[in-house]
Formats: sequence, structure tokens, C-alpha cells
Amino acid sequence: MADKITVGHVHMSGCTGCLVSLADNYGGLLTILDRYADLVYGLTLADVRHIPKMDVALVEGSVCIQDKLAVEEIKETREKAAVVVAVGGCACYGNITRFSRGGQPNQPQHESFLPIGDLIKVDVYIPGCAPCPQMIRNVCVMAYLLLKGNKEQKELATKFLTPLMQLAERGTEACGCDLMYDVVNQGLCMGCGSCAAACPVRAITHEYGKPNVNREMCIKCGACYAQCPRSFFNFDVVPEFEAIMEAIGAALK
Amino acid sequence: MGTELGKYKTCVSARSTSKEILKKAQDGGIVTSLFAYALEEGIIDGAIVSGPGDEPWRPQPYVATTVGELMASRGTRYNISPNVSLIKEATRSYGLDKIGIVGTPCQMQAVRKGQLYPFGWRDVDDKIKLAIGIFCMENFPYQSVKQLVEDHAAMKMESVKKMEIGKGKFWVFGERGQVVQLPLKVTHKYEQPACHVCLDYVANLADVSTGSVGSPDGWSTVFVRSKNGDDIWTKAIAAGCFETKPIEQVKPGLELVSKLANEKIGKNQKTVEARATFGVGKALRNPYIKP
Ligand SMILES: Cc1cc2nc3c(=O)[nH]c(=O)nc-3n(C[C@H](O)[C@H](O)[C@H](O)COP(=O)(O)OP(=O)(O)OC[C@H]3O[C@@H](n4cnc5c(N)ncnc54)[C@H](O)[C@@H]3O)c2cc1C
Ligand code: SF4
Ligand code: SF4
Ligand code: SF4
Repeated sequence: MADKITVGHVHMSGCTGCLVSLADNYGGLLTILDRYADLVYGLTLADVRHIPKMDVALVEGSVCIQDKLAVEEIKETREKAAVVVAVGGCACYGNITRFSRGGQPNQPQHESFLPIGDLIKVDVYIPGCAPCPQMIRNVCVMAYLLLKGNKEQKELATKFLTPLMQLAERGTEACGCDLMYDVVNQGLCMGCGSCAAACPVRAITHEYGKPNVNREMCIKCGACYAQCPRSFFNFDVVPEFEAIMEAIGAALK
Repeated sequence: MGTELGKYKTCVSARSTSKEILKKAQDGGIVTSLFAYALEEGIIDGAIVSGPGDEPWRPQPYVATTVGELMASRGTRYNISPNVSLIKEATRSYGLDKIGIVGTPCQMQAVRKGQLYPFGWRDVDDKIKLAIGIFCMENFPYQSVKQLVEDHAAMKMESVKKMEIGKGKFWVFGERGQVVQLPLKVTHKYEQPACHVCLDYVANLADVSTGSVGSPDGWSTVFVRSKNGDDIWTKAIAAGCFETKPIEQVKPGLELVSKLANEKIGKNQKTVEARATFGVGKALRNPYIKP
């Protein structure tokens, strides 16, 4: 297919887990690269030194503000990419890097890490540590449909991506406490358990049907709140789950 | 009848043909029979159900991998059972590749959102093979049920044989044969608050959804919804798991289901709207608009 989109993977301060998660789509990733996207940038995957112009930048990791190069690169990413996607908890919310106080050899002065949204405008959030392969895949397919699809496909992709854009507008802080602040305290928690199933560190249990977050364990990845059907539930997308899953499946066959 | 019943391919009144299952089933034993069939046929290799918990009538999400374990989960416990909390764990420590799950309409919404937006549910989306939804007007915190049973119905939790909401009453059946009915105006204030923004009565997003409303006592109303649900239901019927009657031929029938669905959705839609002007120039959050 000639009409591919161009995609880059920009690596800030992250553990490469998000990239591995993307790669864990195995054959699906090859199909994406074969038919829908050209990888124009990626430290480990493409032999390109400078951030080129691209349609979609998948940014992994937070930005160390004492690292000049990182700060320059994230700004350059914003200039060069039409759509900036924060992939994973570190890029969206700082995640585990929120706990850094520096002091590590061989750059002990590298102590302050910010989610990319504190330095540039971010278009789409994919919270999680790491976000699941299937989630990254679904966003890639939808990003393709948004940029290259027909009218209906564009509409579907817009509807699908809207809550992820709204998450990006919502802010750069996340914590298991969001379940209390924005769900339970708001009278919205109905005790489904989705949040506990999403937590990568098993910090969430349910006591009499409501989430209880072990705050010492929480790494602030934001998966629980994003997963919660009472954070967002879009009636114009989710009820079409059968057709959408089939379409994604067919696109990657 | 409009969108209040969701999309479905067929709707029937049905009852399990297993006398054993019916002994302790809440209604027509649809949930337990369909899971038992799917388990025996290898369509699923386990099901997330709500089993008995640490206290009487307190549910505990549970992965059942045998018919015996399914049998232990029969019956409705009218308080919160976070079944979806096990959806990833079922594929991990339980090693399931083909998961069944039962839940309320909101839990079916959670499952489908999680398939399209699996932020933290790695390798789960294509393993969900049978999602059975149960109708739901409202749910209760455990302590509410305890107060209803102990304070209002004056019974001990451990001596209750069955609870049921139907015909406009909350029924508590005791082991010794005593029956207490509470008017729903007594139970309303004890409801789980988040149920008041819920816009689904008959589990529109399940593969197959079921409840008592619409069918005669001991029978269930069944909506067969997805392609996958249709496939499994058709095979289960062919295997003789259920006796069925056309929904048009039973009383009170679909009309009552529609009426209750419209009442629930209408009332809760108003609650959602009222949240927008809850404070003075301050709104409560609306999850249907944005996170
Ligand atoms: C909170 C609640 C409210 C309900 N409201 C209505 C209603 O308004 N109208 C109506 O027609 N039907 C309602 N039902 C459904 C009805 O009570 C029966 O559960 C349903 O008809 C299935 O009966 P069965 O004989 O097919 O299932 P069974 O074979 O008896 O199996 C019941 C299944 O339900 C599961 N279950 C039990 N309690 C819970 C729970 N708290 N959360 C999740 N799963 C559970 C069990 O794991 C079991 O697998 C409600 C159910 C619940 C849990
Ligand atoms: S509780 Fe778990 S899922 Fe939620 S932000 Fe913390 S680590 Fe992430
Ligand atoms: S996912 Fe949301 S609604 Fe479900 S139990 Fe957690 S906080 Fe409550
Ligand atoms: S009324 Fe809605 S939110 Fe409450 S338990 Fe039932 S399905 Fe869930």
C-alpha cells in the first residue's frame, strides 16, 4: 500500500517496556509496518539520527529536565510530528520516574523527570505500565484510519480516539487515588473490578465491592482510572465492539 | 419498543432441563446451564462467577473450572461482586485461554470497554468467549442487604434461603419457610448510588443476557445478542440444555421488560442531567461525556 502513514518511536526516560509491548503484537506489528505505517524513527529500530518529519510520534518515557538533549528532542518532536501520542504511564504521568530524586551514577544530577505534557502539547494518551500490546495496536490502526481512511473510517477513528485526547487534556498527574477522587467521591463507582484487573502492580483490591488502593505500591501509571468504565464510557463506540473488533482483526490478517 | 432492550437476534422464555441446576438456581438456571454446557464442550475452560464469600450472602468473584464449582455459585446475591477484577488473573494464575464471565449490565459495559480499550488488560481481549449478562435494576452494598434482612425483615442473614426482587417487592425467604416482603420504597434509599446513573437494564452488551422479568415464575427471559452468543445458544438448544417458549406466548412478556427498562433509563438519565447543575455553578462529573 503506497498510502502509508509515517510513524516514529521517540525514546525519553522510559524502560523500553512500552516498545516491547508494541513489539509483542508479533505478526500484527509486521502487518502494521507492511501495510499501514513506515517507521521513520526509532533508536533501536531505524538507523536515523535526527527526528524527522512524521505523521505520528509515539513517545515513551518522561523528560529529564536536566538532560538538555532530551528537552531539545521532545520540543523537536512536537515541531516535527502532526500527532504526538504519549505511550505509557511515564510519558503521560511520570509514572515510576515521579519517585526519582537523582543520585544515580553516572549522571547523579539527573533528578527531575516530567511527563511530556508538562513541556509540550500532547494529542493522545495511552496510560498504563506498559499499555497492553492490543491497546497500542488499536490506537495505531485508528490513527491510520483517521489520517488515510474513508469518511466513515475517519468518523469511527475520531470517536474512538476522542476519550484518549480528553485524557491528554485532563492533566499530567495520575494515581490510584483518582479512583477515589473522580469515581467513588463522585458517586460513580459501581464495583465492577476493572480497575483492579488493570493495575500492573496489584495495588488494588476490593473491599465490599469498592476499590481499595495500597498507596505505597501504586506507581502512578494511570491504567486503573483509564480502564474504569466510569472514567469514560462512550456510547457511540463501545456498543459497536463486535464490528470494531472484527474490523481490527481483518485489518491485521 | 425502541432501543431500551438493546440489539438482539432472538428473545425467548427459557428454563434449564436440568432438575439438579434448577434446585438452587435463581430463575430458570440459564446462567449455570449455559456455562456448564460451554465448559463441557470446551467453548470455555472456566467462568468468572460470583461464588459465596466470607459472610452469609456476601459474594466473592470466583473462577469456576468445574460444573461442581458452577453449582456453588447459583442464585442471586443482591450486593456487589466485582467479577471483572478477575478478568486478567483468569488468564494468568488460572491459565484460562477461553473465559466465560457473568455480570450485571455495568460489568458487561466494563468487559466491552476493556476489549476495545485494554489499557491494562494484556492479552485478554480475544480470550473472552462467553459473556452472560443478568438484568439489573439496581444493586446494594453488603451492609444495605444486612440492614434490610436484619433490621427490616427481622431475619438472620445465615437463615435466609433466597432473596428476590420481583412483583414490586423485595422478598426474603427463610430456611424455615417464612417469607417476608418489603416494599421497594423501603429498599430504595439503600441502593448503591452509582446505580442511579446506569443506563442499561437488560445487559445490552452481553453475548446472551437473562433475567426473570417478562417470564413466568421459574422461567427466564433470554436475549441472544452477539454472533458468538447466537452460535453458543443455538448449539445449547440443539443439545437439549433448555426448554423454550416463544416470548410472545408468555405472560407478562416483553412489554413489561420494556416498561421497566424505560423506567430505569428515564429516571437515571434525569439523574445524569441533574448532576450537571448539582452545585452552584459546579457540576458533578459525567462519565458519558469525558473522563
Ligand atoms: C444485583 C442484581 C440485580 C438484579 N435485578 C434484576 C431485575 O431487576 N430484573 C430481573 O429480571 N433480573 C434481575 N437480576 C437477575 C436475576 O436475579 C438472576 O440473577 C438471573 O435471572 C439469572 O438467573 P439464573 O437462574 O439464570 O441463574 P443461576 O443459574 O442461578 O446463576 C446466577 C448467576 O449469577 C451470578 N451472580 C449472583 N450474584 C451476582 C452479583 N451480585 N453480581 C454478579 N453476578 C452475580 C452467579 O455467579 C451465578 O453465576 C438481578 C441480579 C443481580 C445480581
Ligand atoms: S493503582 Fe495501579 S493502575 Fe492505578 S495508577 Fe497506581 S499503579 Fe497504576
Ligand atoms: S473500575 Fe471504576 S467503577 Fe469499576 S470498581 Fe474500579 S473504580 Fe469502581
Ligand atoms: S444498576 Fe447498573 S450500575 Fe447498578 S449494579 Fe446494576 S448494572 Fe451495575
